[in-house]
Amino acid sequence: MSTEKTSEPLWWGLFSAGGVVAAFLVPIHIILVGFAVPLGWITDSGALYRVWWVKLYLFVLIVLPLYHWAHRFYFTLNDTGLKPISKLLAVLCYGGAIVGTIVTAWVLLQI
Amino acid sequence: MAEPTITLNVTRYRPEQERAPTTQAYTVPFKQDWVVLDALNHIKDQIDGTLSYRWSCRMGVCGSCGMMVNGVPKLTCAAFLRDYYPQAILVEPLVNFPIIRDLVIDMSDFMDKLKIVKPWIIRKEEKPVSEGEYLQTPAQLEEFHQFTQCINCMLCYAACPVYGLEPKFLGPAAIALGYRYNIDSRDQGKDQREIIGNHDGIWDCTFVGECSVVCPKHVDPAAAIQRSKVDTTKNWFQSILMPWGQR
Amino acid sequence: MSVTRPEPSKLYHRKMPATWWLKKQSYFLFMLRELSSVFIAIFLIVYLCQIYQLTQGPQAYIAFARKLSSTGWILFHLVALLFALYHSVTWFQSSAVVLQLRIGERLIPRPIVMALHVGAWAMISLAVLILFLALKG
Repeated sequence: MSTEKTSEPLWWGLFSAGGVVAAFLVPIHIILVGFAVPLGWITDSGALYRVWWVKLYLFVLIVLPLYHWAHRFYFTLNDTGLKPISKLLAVLCYGGAIVGTIVTAWVLLQI
Repeated sequence: MAEPTITLNVTRYRPEQERAPTTQAYTVPFKQDWVVLDALNHIKDQIDGTLSYRWSCRMGVCGSCGMMVNGVPKLTCAAFLRDYYPQAILVEPLVNFPIIRDLVIDMSDFMDKLKIVKPWIIRKEEKPVSEGEYLQTPAQLEEFHQFTQCINCMLCYAACPVYGLEPKFLGPAAIALGYRYNIDSRDQGKDQREIIGNHDGIWDCTFVGECSVVCPKHVDPAAAIQRSKVDTTKNWFQSILMPWGQR
Repeated sequence: MSVTRPEPSKLYHRKMPATWWLKKQSYFLFMLRELSSVFIAIFLIVYLCQIYQLTQGPQAYIAFARKLSSTGWILFHLVALLFALYHSVTWFQSSAVVLQLRIGERLIPRPIVMALHVGAWAMISLAVLILFLALKG
């Protein structure tokens, strides 16, 4: 099926990948970051994040769900009456995810 | 002892005498084995012959009698009065379609979309009749069989908020029908059903899933659409990453 | 064969309100599922902020973690966790609809595919926890 006319499969593919990552990994990380470390159940100095393959894991963990959010939120905003500014919404949502990708890569390279 | 009765609040719309729909209450006998369609037929025969609505087989195979029953798209031949009794029942025309009169909606858009997906076997090269039929194993038939069960009742279009918001959306039944042919082993016409993979085809769908919930024949159009998304996306990435050797 | 179309001027069009998703429980739950992506994204940004603290010296990371122990942040993470769990469950349900997993020729029923997803999720979560405990500084 030729789909030269639309780039939709790219965004849907990223949305899907992000959905899988979010579904399997985000809950345990919320428990670790939001509860276990702040409440002292586990002590952590953050040194682990400097390991190169951990950085790779973090990149995937943080970036892909951003594309999941962008695609889903774009459609949600369109379906709740904001369709007239559809193009602006696309720039804000997908652009936001792209900015997030760059910032994440930059942070991980800095630490 | 007086016969038990139940009230139906039915949408009336007579364009020659009113600008907007109204609701008319009818009291009909309550019988254990009656469905909403029986109640409507009683109204038409005994109370008010001016009521207009579609129906035919009264057994859930023709797809004619779809209406909103208490806000839920249903075949009125399959909605039993006893499941609502003693509360009154609201009967309205299927939502997301324009109303022609009373409970009758304009289904032209739906009919157009069924045709757009080219719902027939498309071959790159036809076999001459003398060579016999296109053979198919039971397993190959099993692949697409459930998607052949659609009775064109349009309940899925009434259930789909995306179709309500965007009338250009191809919609569950049309896409499921196109999918049925795309995965039929005898068909070679997937590239002629491109419309499914374009905007207002599968990409408008946000997988609310209500279409499959209301389908009286368990076609599962939601599954057809999501599988089409996977298929289209795989092909798209393949054509980008490996542009040589296209099937 | 010509088709008779209804007279357009006499058709009545019912408008769909922007609050359509409040009118039915199934639509509302759908909207909640979609909004879960917002909370997941916000959490990941917060996580990124914490990781960024590592460029600001060793105490900055610990100070940030202490900030996250405030009531407000605990509440946020509780809400985020609930939404993340809702995303996981609905995602696995969606996967069970799309995927056609087979044993030989027989399709695996959806509830079992769902259970397999939940099982994998439990094992992956456990693996992350164990790896974190084993490798953390």
